[in-house]
Amino acid sequence: MPSISQQPHKFDPPLEPDLTSGKYVKIWHGPQHPGITGNMSLELTICGDEVAHCKTHVGYLHRGFEKLMERRTFIQNFPVVCRIAVPEPAFNEYLYAAAIEEIAEIEVPELAQWLRVLNLELMRLASYLMWLGGSSGSFGMTTVYQWTVTHRDYILDLFEEMTGARIYHMYITPGGVRAKLPEGFKGRVLKVMQGVEKLLYEVEKVVFNNHVFKLRSQGLGIISKDMIDEYGIVGPNQRACGFERDLRKDQPYLVYDQLDFEVVTETESDAYTRAWVRYQEMHQSVSMIRQVLDKMPEGGSFHADLPNVLHWNVPAGETYVKAECTRGEYGYYMVTDGSEYLQRIHIRGPSYTHAVSVMEKLAVGINIADVAGLMVSLHTYPPEIER
Amino acid sequence: MPKMKLKDIISPFYVWQRSFEKPYTNNKPIDERPGAPSYRGFHVNDIEKCVGCGTCETICMNNAIDMVPVENLTAQVGDSGLRPRFDYGRCCWCALCVDICTTSSLRMSNEYAWVTDNPDDFRFTPGVDEKPWDDHPLGYRRDPDYSLLKLERPAMTMLSAEEGLNSFDEVVHGFTPEQAIVEASRCVECNICVATCPAHMNIPGYIKTIREQDFEQGLRLLYETNPFSSTCGRICTHRCEDDCVISHLGKPLAIRWLKRYITDQIPAEKYQQILQHKITENGKKVAIVGAGPGGLSAAYFLRLKGYQVSVYESAEKAGGMLRYGVPTYRLPDDALDKDIDYILSLGVSIHYQTTVGKEIDFQVLYDENDAVFFSTGLNVPSGLRIKGEDHPRVLSGLQVLCDVASQRDPGVGKKVAVIGGGNVAMDAARVCRRIGAEVTILYRRRIEDMPADPEEIEEAQAEKCKFVTQAIPGLIEKAKSLKQVVIQWGEAEMVADDNGGRPRPVLQEDKMHTDSYDCIISAIGQAGNYSFLPEDIKQQLVSQRGKFTVSNHQQTSNTKVFIGGDIANKTADAISAIADGQNAAIGIDEVLSLGMGTK
Repeated sequence: MPSISQQPHKFDPPLEPDLTSGKYVKIWHGPQHPGITGNMSLELTICGDEVAHCKTHVGYLHRGFEKLMERRTFIQNFPVVCRIAVPEPAFNEYLYAAAIEEIAEIEVPELAQWLRVLNLELMRLASYLMWLGGSSGSFGMTTVYQWTVTHRDYILDLFEEMTGARIYHMYITPGGVRAKLPEGFKGRVLKVMQGVEKLLYEVEKVVFNNHVFKLRSQGLGIISKDMIDEYGIVGPNQRACGFERDLRKDQPYLVYDQLDFEVVTETESDAYTRAWVRYQEMHQSVSMIRQVLDKMPEGGSFHADLPNVLHWNVPAGETYVKAECTRGEYGYYMVTDGSEYLQRIHIRGPSYTHAVSVMEKLAVGINIADVAGLMVSLHTYPPEIER
Repeated sequence: MPKMKLKDIISPFYVWQRSFEKPYTNNKPIDERPGAPSYRGFHVNDIEKCVGCGTCETICMNNAIDMVPVENLTAQVGDSGLRPRFDYGRCCWCALCVDICTTSSLRMSNEYAWVTDNPDDFRFTPGVDEKPWDDHPLGYRRDPDYSLLKLERPAMTMLSAEEGLNSFDEVVHGFTPEQAIVEASRCVECNICVATCPAHMNIPGYIKTIREQDFEQGLRLLYETNPFSSTCGRICTHRCEDDCVISHLGKPLAIRWLKRYITDQIPAEKYQQILQHKITENGKKVAIVGAGPGGLSAAYFLRLKGYQVSVYESAEKAGGMLRYGVPTYRLPDDALDKDIDYILSLGVSIHYQTTVGKEIDFQVLYDENDAVFFSTGLNVPSGLRIKGEDHPRVLSGLQVLCDVASQRDPGVGKKVAVIGGGNVAMDAARVCRRIGAEVTILYRRRIEDMPADPEEIEEAQAEKCKFVTQAIPGLIEKAKSLKQVVIQWGEAEMVADDNGGRPRPVLQEDKMHTDSYDCIISAIGQAGNYSFLPEDIKQQLVSQRGKFTVSNHQQTSNTKVFIGGDIANKTADAISAIADGQNAAIGIDEVLSLGMGTK
């Protein structure tokens, strides 16, 4: 009797073509390639300029976070997790903190919750700006990359002031956040937001109302509706396919239930639509940041009372916490045994499927020049695969 | 293929509009951009403030910090003499070290760029090795509203002053299990207290056993260095707490109460089963004079090494000052007996009511034993050195305490004046309050100059002892009644000492007072009594300011005679005597078993 794995499935990856036939050439796309997000590699088999087969390779990055964390105390882990998604560390910080808070039943003060949302939404915006630049660059519009990265840097300036660092903020700690807002910070955020809105207006003209971009991205890498659950596709990639799913709305965490926003959905599900969904979510983030600044309490405690972190025995328990990052649902599964160390942690980043199985499927049949564009349109961060 | 729109063709040319804008980038090095005011830049350390506790090394998740010795910096009380050295090849600038720094000496500058051609420069000790950012503005600092350390101590439940006055019950109740764990978890395991403790007890070790609820292991650790743990857990002068690194920002750990908590968890009858001391007799004999903490501590450690130990004690019971000088509301007899009984159960033979020099000659002990250790304590009250002090209503503080401890009536009457500001004075005053007397404490200097423990002073105040400070007794006279005594005392003015010493009181002749009391208790200090020593041995011993000079292992210039306790150390407290006993045991063992002198 054939085992389950031997039964053919409609989403089985296509078989590798016969290289001896002379029709195919195998080339490596990455790991050092500007069209690849992060350090991973695509092993492409091409026929003319059409991709016949794609195989993904990881292993070029820092790895083994989960094991590393089992050897560190709870407080020592919080500077580790931010490295799991380099351009977007805040979500990892939040989820790590949230998992511990849930197991140890720590109540996070209200001010800390608002500061966390402010941090996360600024992070989302910065991450999207980076992506927008990468996306434009992959389709040959490197000028736009300069613009967006500049404005991302202005947000990093805000992070530097708010958290003490530009990239690895290490701001959201178990129990709350590490500092209050500096004097006059709100005004500076609003100023940067103004700049971002102006930028987005320009980007719409230059990128989204661009015949060349439309020509290349519309119809590229269409994700069908039946793929969504089968592949575990989340975030803007599934919202561009018409699924109205957003954890911030469906299962609100922190203070998202007090913010006014609509889940953005589109139906075309190609690279252009996915970009368009993200573009609208950037506007949405700007609006949310303004709401947070408006509604957040002026004072109060920003950190819960923790035991001495040097001998912190988090009670035994297990939990799964999740949050909506720019790429979709990000999950932390944590098991503790009452000791000073984690027993097991498992981190599920959205890139795990997006960059591997989805990429391998969608790449087949496209022009080799569009591979970079497709990869970026899925918005993937390889460290999440190799965490 | 999308339908071509004219708008989509024209719109991208908007790009050109940006050609006229100024660049966003900085023109480095012409324009420097300083880091944000809270930027986590390069480390700086205030080397004077740092005490080298190594908590930064403990929390560093990259092992980027090593505690290293520093030139011109030596270890001293409360300072390990080490300073953190950073390896910037490993550091990730998470600033956990800054957050947890127990003295707030470790901080960060807001400088973020540094170029050097020497890779070794990246491993450096901030504050010692000069770096370009030393003069830069500070960057990240721990927000004062957030601390990774626990700075507050759980409140100890105690008898109220009113309840205390009605009985001789122990005032301090000890920690509850919950409080003990909370308190034990505040420890950062820096080991600075271990160096401070005269007996070098493994303090972080036994505190850890409380966190782990392994009291048997805790007891074993306690008995490695201190056979008077139950006692010290109550009345130790806890210099360890003064040096606890948590005290720089908060309340020091209640090390003394935690020690008491461990011993309170284990009943006396289980001690033998847990400690499992196995003694191999070595056939050598040591005589010990005085069954106080020093003598019994020496007896314990010598016995463990296999010596046959005989202790000679003039009183009815063992314990010395712990029994006859410390009132039971601070140290109940059963707590003391718990310690003494265990020491005696090891096979220490003890001769009660045997005064050396009367019932037995010191020379006999000297000749019949391989070594002699004595710690006879300071038990002769110092005189007031004023006229009329031989009045029968002038009692000594020690005598009052001894009478109360032996359940005799000290006969102090109803209105008592205590002269002195030390622990004996406080104890005598509080004992008198408990037997119903009104107490006035007369002290030459100010309250802050009193040598008594601050807790004792506070509790004496709470028990409504009247404090009259800057009062110098001048004359003691007969009163009309034989049961009373009159004291003349004058107000004093504190005069700064020109040589930088502490201010001294100067009598103001025009401000004299005369009061009458039922008795006056003099408690201004004690001296030793060495009349039991034969003249030739006394000649061999060197003493300075009333204290014998001994080696690190309590040995005197007579290699067979060892001295410890209040008569040999400056601090004159129980824990020092216990440490002396242990040192003497090591010294005696070195001399007798290895046949060598001690340093």
